[in-house]
Amino acid sequence: MAGIWVYAEVKDGKVKKVTYEMLGAAKKMSEKKGEPVCALLIGKDVSPLASELGAYGADKVFVVEGDAFAKYTTGAYTKAICDLVKQYEPSILLFGATINGKDLSARIAGRLGVGLATDCTEVWLDEGGNLVVKRPMFAGKVYAEVIFSDRKPQMASIRPNALGIPEADPSRKAEVLKVDISVNDEEFGYKVVGFEPVGTGKIDLTEAEIIVSGGRGMKAAENFKLLEELAELLGGAVGASRAAVDAGWRPQSDQVGQSGKVVSPNLYIACGISGAIQHLAGMGTSKVIVAINKDPEAPIFKKADYGIVDDLFKVVPALIEEVKKLKAQG
Amino acid sequence: MEILVCLKQVPDTEADIRPTPDMGSIDYSGVKFIMNVYDEYAVEEALRLKEKVGGKVTVISLGPDRVVEAIRTALAMGADEAIHLNDPALFDGDAYTTAKALAAAIKMIPYDVIFCGKQAIDDDLAQVPSILGEMLGIPTVTNIQRFEVLDGKKVRVHRQVEGGLDVIELQLPAIFTATKGLNEPRYPSLPGIMKAKKKPLKTMGLSELGLNENEVGSKGALTKILRYSLPPMRQAGKIIEGETPEEKAAKLVKLLREEAKVI
Repeated sequence: MAGIWVYAEVKDGKVKKVTYEMLGAAKKMSEKKGEPVCALLIGKDVSPLASELGAYGADKVFVVEGDAFAKYTTGAYTKAICDLVKQYEPSILLFGATINGKDLSARIAGRLGVGLATDCTEVWLDEGGNLVVKRPMFAGKVYAEVIFSDRKPQMASIRPNALGIPEADPSRKAEVLKVDISVNDEEFGYKVVGFEPVGTGKIDLTEAEIIVSGGRGMKAAENFKLLEELAELLGGAVGASRAAVDAGWRPQSDQVGQSGKVVSPNLYIACGISGAIQHLAGMGTSKVIVAINKDPEAPIFKKADYGIVDDLFKVVPALIEEVKKLKAQG
Repeated sequence: MEILVCLKQVPDTEADIRPTPDMGSIDYSGVKFIMNVYDEYAVEEALRLKEKVGGKVTVISLGPDRVVEAIRTALAMGADEAIHLNDPALFDGDAYTTAKALAAAIKMIPYDVIFCGKQAIDDDLAQVPSILGEMLGIPTVTNIQRFEVLDGKKVRVHRQVEGGLDVIELQLPAIFTATKGLNEPRYPSLPGIMKAKKKPLKTMGLSELGLNENEVGSKGALTKILRYSLPPMRQAGKIIEGETPEEKAAKLVKLLREEAKVI
C-alpha cells in the first residue's frame, strides 16, 4: 500500500490547524497520484478527533492511543510512526513545522534514512509523482526548490499558515483504524517529569493569524501592555524584535527574526521596529504588514502595505479604540 | 566528562544573501562568516558544564578551510580541542550526510554529552542533531533552555515547547540542542585567543572517517536543491496621512477591514 500521510498534531485536545492545511495539499496530490490520504492521530483519548480529519480530506485515520502517548516524547512518537511506516509504506509523509513537528520529523527521517525538507511553504508533485517542495532558507532571504531521493517516504514539514485551510466537508467520512503500539522504557529516550508555563503563550507566534510586534521604540517592558491589549482585541499574539528581547523586555520565545521565530501571519503590525534585515527576513511572508514608526526613513516602511509615520504611543491607543468600536458594531 | 560540541560556520545574520545569476547556488562573495548563532549557546553550555564537573570540551565542525575561523573562536572561548572535517567529498550534502560524517568522527572518540545549536541559520533545517542521535543510538533533546546534572550521568533539562517548558530527565550520553536563553555566551578573551592558536586541531577527510564517497556529500544526499529563488518582492505600500494619530488610526482600521480584509 502507498499513501500520502499527514501527522495530525494534537495540542490541548485540539488538532492543530496546520493539519487541515496539509490535508488540503495531500488531497490535491492524492487526486494526481491516485493514492489515499491518511492522517496519523497519536495521543491519549484522541479518537473523537478522527471525524474532523475526514472532513478536511483524510480517507483513512490511523489512531494510536494509550498512556505512553499522553505527553509528547520524541522516542515514543517516533516508534509509533516508524512502526506504521514500515507496515504500510507510504510514499509521502508530512508534518507541521511546529516545535514538536520539527523534532519528530527529523528523528523519523534519521531512523528511516529518508530525505526531509523543513518548514516548507509550497508542496507539489513532479511528473513522476515525486514530492517537490519550496522552502525558505536564511530565514526567508532566499527560497529553494527541493527534490528527494527515491527512498520512501519523502518527508516534509510544512510551515503553519503557508498553504491555507481548505473548506471542510462534514459529510466526508474517514475510515478509522485503531492500531496498538507498545513502547518499552528504553525506546522513550527521555521522561517528561513536569511542565513550567512561560510567557503570555496563549497562541504560538508561528501559528498566530495576527501578530502585534514591538521593537526598540517600545522603550520599556511595561509599554508592551499596549500591544497585549491590541493583540487580545484582535485575537492575535505579541511578538518582539531582537532589540526588545535583548533589552529584557520580552521573553526569547517572542522574538521574530533570523535568530528567533520565522512567522507568516495574515496581519503583522510592527510597532517601533525599524526593520533590521534579520527581522524583515523573519516576517517578510506575512500577508499584510503594517508599520508604525516615528522615523519615516525606517526600512520597515519598504516592506509595509500600510505605514503610519507617527508616535506609536499615540497611534496604538487610538487603534485600540477603533478596534473596540468595530467590535461594538459587530 | 567528555563534552562535544558540533558547530557550523554560517553567513552573518546581517548579510544580504543572493543566488548566483543561474539560480543554481548561493553567491557568497563578500559575505562575512560567523559561528552559527545557536552554536554559541552550545559552546557556552559545554564550557559551563566542564567548569562544574571537570573534563574536556571538543568541538567538531564540517566545512572548507574558512571554517577554522569559527573553530578558533570556540577554542578561544575555552574549548580544549577541535576536529575539522574538511574534504570536498563531504560538502554540498544535506542534513543526513552531514550527520553521517559527524557520526563517523564521533564514534572514534569518547563522549558523554553532545551540544549542538537548535538549527543552523543558513539552511534552517533543524535536523542534524536528531539524525545524529539516531546514528549514535542516543536520545536528542531539542530546544533546551536549562541544563543541570543531577548525579553522575543523570541530567535534567528544560525543553522549550509551546507555552512553556517541559521538564525532562534522562541518562547520558545524549545530545542537546541549544536555543537563545540557555545562557549568555562569553566573548573570547585576549589570552584565550592567544592560547587557541596552540590548541590541538585535527583535520579529517573521507579516508580517516572510513566513509565511502557515495554515502556522503552531494552523492549521498537524500534531498537536493533544484534551484533557488528570491522571495516575492513586496511593494512598499501606502503611508496613511492624517492630521492626528486618531485620524490615521481610524483610516488604518478601515483599510484593514475593507481593503485588506484581515480583521
